[in-house]
Amino acid sequence: MHIRPQKACGLHCLKLKSFGVYVGRRQLLHNVNIHCHCGELTVVIGRNGAGKSTLLKAILGELPHVGSIEYRNREDGLIRPALKVGYVPQALGLDAGAPTSVYDLFASLISRRPVFLLRSKKLRKIIEDQLKLFQAEHLIDRRMGCLSGGEQQRVMLALATYPQPDLLLLDEPVSGMDENGLQLFYSIVSELKHKFDMAIILVSHDLNYVSRYADQVVLIDGTVKASGRPEEVFVSKPFRDTFGNFRFDFGKGTK
Amino acid sequence: MELIYQLMETLLPVSWIHYDFMKNALLAVLMIAPLFGLMGTMVVNNGMAFFSDAVGHSALCGIAIGVVLGLSDTTPAMIAFAVLFAVGLNLIRQTNHASADTIISVFSSLGVAAGLAILSRGGDFSRYSGMLVGDILSIAPRELAYLAGALVLTVIFWLFGFNALHAVSVNRSLARSRRIPVAVIDMLFAVLIAVIVTLSIKWIGLLMINAMLILPAAASRNISSTVREYHLYSILFSCFSGITGLVMSYYLNIASGPMIVILAAAVFFVTHLFRGRARN
Repeated sequence: MHIRPQKACGLHCLKLKSFGVYVGRRQLLHNVNIHCHCGELTVVIGRNGAGKSTLLKAILGELPHVGSIEYRNREDGLIRPALKVGYVPQALGLDAGAPTSVYDLFASLISRRPVFLLRSKKLRKIIEDQLKLFQAEHLIDRRMGCLSGGEQQRVMLALATYPQPDLLLLDEPVSGMDENGLQLFYSIVSELKHKFDMAIILVSHDLNYVSRYADQVVLIDGTVKASGRPEEVFVSKPFRDTFGNFRFDFGKGTK
Repeated sequence: MELIYQLMETLLPVSWIHYDFMKNALLAVLMIAPLFGLMGTMVVNNGMAFFSDAVGHSALCGIAIGVVLGLSDTTPAMIAFAVLFAVGLNLIRQTNHASADTIISVFSSLGVAAGLAILSRGGDFSRYSGMLVGDILSIAPRELAYLAGALVLTVIFWLFGFNALHAVSVNRSLARSRRIPVAVIDMLFAVLIAVIVTLSIKWIGLLMINAMLILPAAASRNISSTVREYHLYSILFSCFSGITGLVMSYYLNIASGPMIVILAAAVFFVTHLFRGRARN
């Protein structure tokens, strides 16, 4: 895979400090502290309803939060004002008949030129080049709704990394992905963290892949129950309480 | 206006064009059809068919308020009410956890009930029953101007806001991650639907209006694979059924609204047969 490099320098870091989410009087997340560096894959795990999606939604600004999100450049200690977030949702919610092509979706999100009226060769070239990084340039005129799960994910990754974000938020696809698709997804994500200068937070449901690809694992259930390297978290008590004893083979993937 | 009339008479060598009411009706169709073809695309994409239907029903309440206030032209009262209705519904939908169709039903039935209650006082509802079927032949130049305004407003919204609206319809969180003001876009679109449905309801009829909005877009979805095709076919189908429906209703002596909707439905079924041709 070829990726236009703006290599991860490891000098940027993203900090969630005393991060909490309240909806009405209900407390969904409290006192969450997460610290991730560019060039690192941080994976969030937890049982259903533990607040994984809530965390993503709050970082995106869809839910109000307390506490802070800081994006800091360690070299000069300056805090960047606006965090640019790239996001890959779990599923798009487009039905198979939806008349939205890959080009249409890209153009709607990255350009001001109204897509229902005008097409632009320049824009098409930009989109093609970006899709090429994910071996998806042949999909440009296909309808989003009829792509396979894996193809859709590659298009979404191409979209989320254009323009390059500071933080990439990924919601692991749970449906429409076979074993090969998941393998490809994780190897692409793994490539991304080396070649792009950004932090990656992935919400995952597949412990097998997590144990092989994650640099940092965060187990949440209302708050952070355990965090650290996968081999630390996977033997911790909170982890065993949630998932039982898990047979893992660390480091088999290419980190 | 005289100039437009003269132009129409010169361009169209048919007998009915010499009636002013037919000229007005044709002008109305030439504005309503593309307007509905355009709006319909995103109403269908956003799954708002039930919402636009509810707005149509609430128009009855808007008229009632206009009548109670003793206004000679009830249009401003209807628009004001429809906008309030749309804003209120949207706000409650965002804060209440009941499913959207339940909330819409609540609003829709309240709108109809209040409208019927007020208009039927003194047993005189039959005066308003024309609202149900609509009468495009009775449209006056002043009301044509309202429609022209709505068309201009919609085109402007589409030129500047379409990309955002489209992004929101695909995935709200994704749109949000791109700093698109999702709630604002939602609200603007809801208000626009309210204004347009309200302005057209007297001409198309409460029972027909949603079909006019949904059918061309639904037919277009059958055979389109890009956003541009979707819009092009939707507007073409809408104009075709609008103009043909009006002319046929003149010769067959049938109400225009139903005739237009029957044609739009026919187009839907024909495109259904060709579904899959454009699939890739």
